[in-house]
Amino acid sequence: MTADASTDIILDARNLTRYFGGGYRFPFGEMPLIRAVDGVSLSVRRGETFAIVGESGCGKSTLARLILRLIEPTGGSVRFEGREITGTPPEAMRRLRRDMQIIFQDPFGSLNPRMTVGALIGEPLSVHGIASGRERDARVREMLRLVGLRPDHAGRYPHEFSGGQRQRIGIARALATRPRLLIGDEPVSALDVSIRAQVINLLEDLKAQLGLTLILVAHDLAVIRHTSDRIAVMYLGEIVEIADRDSLFETPRHPYTRSLIDAIPVPVPGARAARTLLQGDPPSPAAPPPGCRFHTRCVYAKDICRTDRPALRDIASGHRVACHLAGELQAHTLPAALETVSAARQRRVALFAGAQGIPASNA
Amino acid sequence: MDAQDTAFAALTPEEAIAPKKNRVAAKFFGNTRAIIGCVLVGTFLLIALLAPLIAPYDPNKTNFLAVRQAPSAVYWLGTDEIGRDILSRVMYGGIASLYAGVVAVLIALAIGLPVGLAAGWFGGWTDALISRATDALLAVPFLILAIALAAALGPSLTNAMIAIGLSQVPIFVRLTRGQVLSVKAEDFVEGARAVGVPNLLILARHITPNITAPLLVQATLTTATSIIAEASLSFLGLGQQPPAPSWGSMLNTAKNFLEQAPWMSLSPGIAIFLVVLGFNLLGDGLRDALDPREE
Repeated sequence: MTADASTDIILDARNLTRYFGGGYRFPFGEMPLIRAVDGVSLSVRRGETFAIVGESGCGKSTLARLILRLIEPTGGSVRFEGREITGTPPEAMRRLRRDMQIIFQDPFGSLNPRMTVGALIGEPLSVHGIASGRERDARVREMLRLVGLRPDHAGRYPHEFSGGQRQRIGIARALATRPRLLIGDEPVSALDVSIRAQVINLLEDLKAQLGLTLILVAHDLAVIRHTSDRIAVMYLGEIVEIADRDSLFETPRHPYTRSLIDAIPVPVPGARAARTLLQGDPPSPAAPPPGCRFHTRCVYAKDICRTDRPALRDIASGHRVACHLAGELQAHTLPAALETVSAARQRRVALFAGAQGIPASNA
Repeated sequence: MDAQDTAFAALTPEEAIAPKKNRVAAKFFGNTRAIIGCVLVGTFLLIALLAPLIAPYDPNKTNFLAVRQAPSAVYWLGTDEIGRDILSRVMYGGIASLYAGVVAVLIALAIGLPVGLAAGWFGGWTDALISRATDALLAVPFLILAIALAAALGPSLTNAMIAIGLSQVPIFVRLTRGQVLSVKAEDFVEGARAVGVPNLLILARHITPNITAPLLVQATLTTATSIIAEASLSFLGLGQQPPAPSWGSMLNTAKNFLEQAPWMSLSPGIAIFLVVLGFNLLGDGLRDALDPREE
């Protein structure tokens, strides 16, 4: 990261809110109001990898779609490169999309089964008037190489590929227009565990190669632990903690973040004893609990948590947390196994990094 | 990955993108049932088109010395109640019936598809308006609606086709709307929006190709219904005007002589049966051929 990277904000969301349902529908009466995303503010710096983490249903995917304005917010605003996109007229918004792209979770549903891979990757190029004809074909081949597929795959259909390969096609399609911002909506959670690292590494490589800013949405910390620069933890439509990766993992302040970290599998026998795992399900976002939304599952909850809603406040430079007790709780200690890296593992990681060239350079 | 890398390193740019253009045709003609359908529809189409050349007699010429004659060497399929050659009439009648079936469906599709797409895609008031209008039309039995329309337009084969086509519109609107609603929820449609594909292109490229299978099946079924509807309208004097033949009008006259002259109804009946079967097989074959997932 360069020196001015910390001040160069590519994306700025202010008080983003999205409610679903609500209102009166004949003959069903009053519909429940679901607060999927409730007043989320965040800034993403150019060139960083920003992760959004939370359980299923916490609103993280909705947030990703709000950022791209694939769904309209109920309230709040999004600025992309200083430009307000919430009120942008449809045609201007459509043109803006070449600069901000998304990769979807489901590699099977996110590619039109009736289009060839070449047509899928070439489509963004033609709808934005970037390239056509032979030039477009050349760009398609280049993109396929870039994501580690063969150029002659362009004539095939998505169903002829595996999940991991399809996700690569999705990445090629998203990157065809050379966007500056790429959002991955759980890009690997539908893939086999053995394929996940490949796809994540590919994203990292491409990010460095193309100067991307990456927003990764994930439902656990394991996937993003090694890739993200900053992490926002969401719970029930709100951000409860936002911090640099290191400071989040070393000194997690919110009890929810702690339980997410504790949920990362530790490959050491006996390490289990130190962990406190979260019990129960999150409450319904249609009827969030009063006060702190996490108090129903929080082991530290006090009276104030049941009545007053904690605001997101700075507790260290760049470390913000929404918890009344953030100052009082003793620093959380991680299981030792997570912190110490054996010499053998370091050797293996170095070996892997050396062998993992960027596919395009091999071609 | 290594194996793949070396594999594509050897490729020249020319051979890189090789579109498989004829795969739909290859799949279609690799399907025996599709070929049977093709042959059936093609044969009847050919016979209808070539009727003036190959028909042994003038279809309207009466011969009072040969009334209700059974099939013989002179009249291969027999004669009707006023001595007209049934073979010639079946050949000529094919024009009216095929025409009515195909044109009516084209009319229904031409109106029903865009209206259904609009209802499903835009939702809200557009959908509410279109859906209620469709419901109202569907509440009237299809044939009654066609008869009413044909009567209002005046008796002729063209008006009968328009009437049948318009009466079939609600079915296509309904079907299209429902299909759009289900395809619209797919990730790849949101993906197309995220990429910045304009609305009309999303409808044309991402939605319509993914709803063709049920529409094709419905279209072939509706062709069959339309052929039969044309027969009913002709019987009421609202379709093909006598003495010009159509299978429907022949069948309806023939039913009075079922016991005395069964061949009168048998020939047009078998013709309708075979054409409808042909269209159904054709539709199934097209549906399978157009789906890249079916191998």
